[in-house]
Amino acid sequence: MEKMPKWADVLLTPLISLVLAMGISALVILAIGESPVEALATMIDGALGSSYGWGFTLYYATNFIFTGLAVMVAYHASLFNIGGEGQAAMGGLGVALVLLSLPLPHWALALPAAMIGAAAFGAAWALIPAWLQARRGSHIVITTIMFNFIAAAALNYILVNLLRPVGSMDPASGRFPETTQLPKLSDMALSLGFEWGRNTPVNVSFFVAVIACVLVWLLIWRSRLGFEIRAFGKSEPAALYAGINPVRITVIAMLMSGGLAGLMAINSVMGEAERLVLNAVEGAGFIGIAVALMGRNHPLGVFLAALLFGFLYQGGGELALWTSIPRELIIVIQALVILFTGALDNMVRVPLERIFMAMRGRRKA
Amino acid sequence: MDLNTILQILDSAVRLMTPLLLACLAGLYSERAGVFDIGLEGKMLMAAFSAATVAALTGNVWLGLVAGLLGSLMLSAVHGLASITFRGNQLISGVAINFLASGLTVLLGQKIFGLGGRTPSLTPGAELDTQTAPFRGWLSGITGPDTAGWLAAAPRLTDITLPLAETLRPVPVVGPLYADVISGHSILVYVAFAMVPLTWWILYRTRFGLRLRAVGENPASVDTAGVSVTRLRFAAVAIAGLLCGLAGAYLATGLSAGFVKEMTAGRGFIALAALIFAKWRPWGALGATFLFGLLEAVANRYPNLDLGIVTVPSMFMSALPYILTVIILAGFVGRAIPPRAGGEPYVKER
Repeated sequence: MEKMPKWADVLLTPLISLVLAMGISALVILAIGESPVEALATMIDGALGSSYGWGFTLYYATNFIFTGLAVMVAYHASLFNIGGEGQAAMGGLGVALVLLSLPLPHWALALPAAMIGAAAFGAAWALIPAWLQARRGSHIVITTIMFNFIAAAALNYILVNLLRPVGSMDPASGRFPETTQLPKLSDMALSLGFEWGRNTPVNVSFFVAVIACVLVWLLIWRSRLGFEIRAFGKSEPAALYAGINPVRITVIAMLMSGGLAGLMAINSVMGEAERLVLNAVEGAGFIGIAVALMGRNHPLGVFLAALLFGFLYQGGGELALWTSIPRELIIVIQALVILFTGALDNMVRVPLERIFMAMRGRRKA
Repeated sequence: MDLNTILQILDSAVRLMTPLLLACLAGLYSERAGVFDIGLEGKMLMAAFSAATVAALTGNVWLGLVAGLLGSLMLSAVHGLASITFRGNQLISGVAINFLASGLTVLLGQKIFGLGGRTPSLTPGAELDTQTAPFRGWLSGITGPDTAGWLAAAPRLTDITLPLAETLRPVPVVGPLYADVISGHSILVYVAFAMVPLTWWILYRTRFGLRLRAVGENPASVDTAGVSVTRLRFAAVAIAGLLCGLAGAYLATGLSAGFVKEMTAGRGFIALAALIFAKWRPWGALGATFLFGLLEAVANRYPNLDLGIVTVPSMFMSALPYILTVIILAGFVGRAIPPRAGGEPYVKER
């Protein structure tokens, strides 16, 4: 028997966790001598109060949808992929190599090519940890952490020594060709005859991210492979007994996870920076963990949680601009969300389950 | 490369390995008791910040050390609560702790000092004097101005010269080795090295150690014997907190003079790598952290290491600990087998 109704499990537990995280964040803001109410007002105004704010919120959300989906897919196979950061960085390299080496005449051609590059490089970076987990039993959490650091060092080397244009001082690649620039949402709005979100980086990759959500949903809940992934994640011995090959599932799940993390680069590297810079991921890979946990490992939840974190990210930037609260407040909120929705899940869930059990008992009596 | 250069590199390696060794032993206690700890980084960062903050406000490094220990223990308590009491996912809790420390240190640092997340430099001088003036004023009301001035005079860990260091210097090889590499470090370096045999003794020669190891391999058997799994695991997590506290305090008040944003710079993860390298054994931890400390020392000294045929870029040197760990984990150079019950919350049977 279910201990509590599905809606409570899906909606109530993450909401209570979020309220707890926000409550403690408010205490932190109080402790540093600022007003939490004013801070929230500044954030809402800065992130959602204008089409400019929305433009940035949606841009960040696009990044987090990709990294959140990446964590989610691996999580269904019971694999905790903390390597999104490194995989996304490698995805950026893939995008840069494709766009700098292929002279593509139009963005509609460049986008699929860059997507292939991003996904392939991200997936390749997840392949070794996946293989080591599946074949040699090395813990995927440790190997993906190590691969984040190795990716950072490798990218640093490649940017400084190989991709940096002659005569340039900053460790970044050359600009991508003009023809490969992705259309911004603001341009699309203009061509439809109204002005929306001028000078914001949100671009066509947002729609790619939304499509990715739908495809991941189809994959996990409506396909044979998805069933195998979930079965493997729920119980490895049972999956083995049902003839599911654990090596195959581990590797496939991690490849998809790495590919999704890598796809983030079409938004940040191709859509925004239009060249590969050092540290292009800026922690989005880690935010994916919070997004997946908050979103209850469901694409719709991931989408909503990514919007929430997009709002927090843009709002946090505005906070740092207008008040004396540093940007790092967002990292604290992110940590608390991970803590409450991930590690302290039982603290919220068990009392809730008790309440529902008690209510059900009374109805029966 | 002459003897002097080698001695300098070794000396620097000893300094750089100390925080790694302390953090590695912290991880050893925790993971041997069956609690994964990827929050070493965060605990060290919190300790470094608390230690530097209190040392900067009081001018007394020992008060700073206590604050560092408390800061780290606070995060250990969160980890224990999440992973032992509420049986949550230990890895997720560790990730959360790392972010919590990374955010809180900057937030609080900006509030207290307004220097963009760093603390003032801990070198004695005018800046520190104005900083510690309120504390000295408050203290001299209680203990008298002389004691107050004296108490606020040592904001950093001082280097200790071991006995006979200068007398023995003329002895070839051994003399300079003793005087330059072994002597002349702060007390926490010697504490860290002493922790290795002590940890070995505790783990393999005491009842507590036996139970600690058992609870990481087979908690049910410990429970059956009537020993509390919860209490043992909390003890292990607390010891890990104290050791991370020492590591962080050394980082901010011994190795450098003050706290800067993200100053641990991945050391917690290198310590984790060293722990795997050491196969969860104390003497192995000494060897592994020395190796990683040496790598860092060499990389600092020769940013681009010229080996004659090829030039090794500094990025490769900084990535080497992680690459080595992956190779070890892959089991190509001896297998590293973690404690069997690691990462699993213990559910008492009803």
